[in-house]
Amino acid sequence: MDPILFKAILVVAVFIVTLLVALYATFGERKIAAVMQDRVGPNRAGPFGLLQPLADGIKMFMKQELIPSVSNKWLFIIGPCIAMLTALMTGVVIPWGGNLELFGQTYSLQITDLNIGILYLFGVVSLGVYGIMIGGWASNNKFSLLGAIRASSQMISYEIAMGLAIIALVMSTGTLSLKEIVMQQDAGIANIVYQPLGFLIFLICAFAETNRAPFDLPECETELIGGYHTEYSSLKLGFFLFAEYINMFISSAVIVSFYFGGYNFPFQHELGLDGNALTLIQTGVFFAKIFFFVFFFMWVRWTIPRFRYDQLMHLGWKVLLPLALINIFGTGIVMWWMGKI
Amino acid sequence: MLTNRSIKVVKKEMSLLERAYLPAIFSGMLITLKHIFMRKATIKYPEQVRPIAPVYRGQHVLKRDEAGAERCTACGLCAVACPAEAITMTAAERQKGEENLYREEKYASKYEINMLRCIFCGLCEEACPKEAIFLTDRIVPSTFKRNEFVYGKDKLVEPIDHRVDVSIRQTPEVLEFKHDKHHKHNRTFLDKQLKQSSHH
Repeated sequence: MDPILFKAILVVAVFIVTLLVALYATFGERKIAAVMQDRVGPNRAGPFGLLQPLADGIKMFMKQELIPSVSNKWLFIIGPCIAMLTALMTGVVIPWGGNLELFGQTYSLQITDLNIGILYLFGVVSLGVYGIMIGGWASNNKFSLLGAIRASSQMISYEIAMGLAIIALVMSTGTLSLKEIVMQQDAGIANIVYQPLGFLIFLICAFAETNRAPFDLPECETELIGGYHTEYSSLKLGFFLFAEYINMFISSAVIVSFYFGGYNFPFQHELGLDGNALTLIQTGVFFAKIFFFVFFFMWVRWTIPRFRYDQLMHLGWKVLLPLALINIFGTGIVMWWMGKI
Repeated sequence: MLTNRSIKVVKKEMSLLERAYLPAIFSGMLITLKHIFMRKATIKYPEQVRPIAPVYRGQHVLKRDEAGAERCTACGLCAVACPAEAITMTAAERQKGEENLYREEKYASKYEINMLRCIFCGLCEEACPKEAIFLTDRIVPSTFKRNEFVYGKDKLVEPIDHRVDVSIRQTPEVLEFKHDKHHKHNRTFLDKQLKQSSHH
């Protein structure tokens, strides 16, 4: 098979799987919210309510599509598109598994192994704020604008701490390629052992970057009646909401790749499996880890109340940023002491 | 100070562990995790029905007598008693040959209860001198149109071959409440109880 054809198939597969996971994440969110509040959750559409995402999607489609007459029409449409696009673009550099051997050729289950994968990831993630900012600005609505401003300042603030947490990880792994980071954890020791503080900072920042509770100030219903998507309806609203779930899925994948060994699992080489079978199991394990973190995102959302805005800024600038700096210095000192530099 | 119940508020400095919030967040997450496995309070309604009290007051029924004739004589006492003014009716005279349909010389040609107005207090049942109207343990189903909540005789009068049992509601307490009622069918529950007690 032509390598380009395989890549094309892989792109489509990753695209579909991402959308599918995000689709069922909406269902999972409602179910988990329900069981945590001693309710049952959606259980009417299909067996165990499994067709609920479909019903939600159809409902979204059928809604009237409104574009406020005072808004900038094109920017209004571009906003959710950017949010969706950037959410989907990040899946490219994530190694979804090891190598597959088909028809005597070896294919990597990573769409592209950029040697600056982490930089690419951060570039795309920071582009995500444009979707929200443009959407909120083009709505020509005070609440939308407030939500958009909150979102952009929050994302910019937390990106700094996130980037610094990653610098410590890059120092200890010595690479910017996600594939290599995952390969290094092949031996069984995940990066979390070396970078516990970095992981904590990264996790908290990931919550802030995806606009999830307790950092969901940009879209809080109680204060801003929805924030940047107040004026949106129908499928464009669906894009914004859906982008959040895709971001959650991708963030989980990134967290797992960075700190929890990616697709590796303990004693994987003692199983005595050949290449392809092991690769498929590894991909399964990778998804299991991702699903745990998606669950974790929801678990936190239905436990912790929202921050006040000044608390949010306080946490970002006065706590996480110094901690990330200390983490960098600590990593450096330990590496020097171990004789690695 | 008068009640000696005032509590002095102490603004305690938080320790470093408390300020880190992580232990508190962790214990909070354990609580939500515990709730995942707890028994759910939900009753899955159409399949599961919540048990209702024996004196539950639900949808009305207009009773027929043993021979199948309508008991209602359109006297209008129920409409007068109704605090929500939910009941309207039109009276008509029984014609020759309709004796099997209507019990007495006068009957209700039209009898309507607006279920959106009704507060299910049961005063119509109490007011009725003919043992014609009863509240039952049936729930008024919901519909999409307001007009469909105005129940006419087609929905209120019990079918001849499908009688509605109203004895369940007639507990000794209710019968005591309606002590002037002495019709037989109204007393089936009481009779049953009397029979049981005489057996013992």
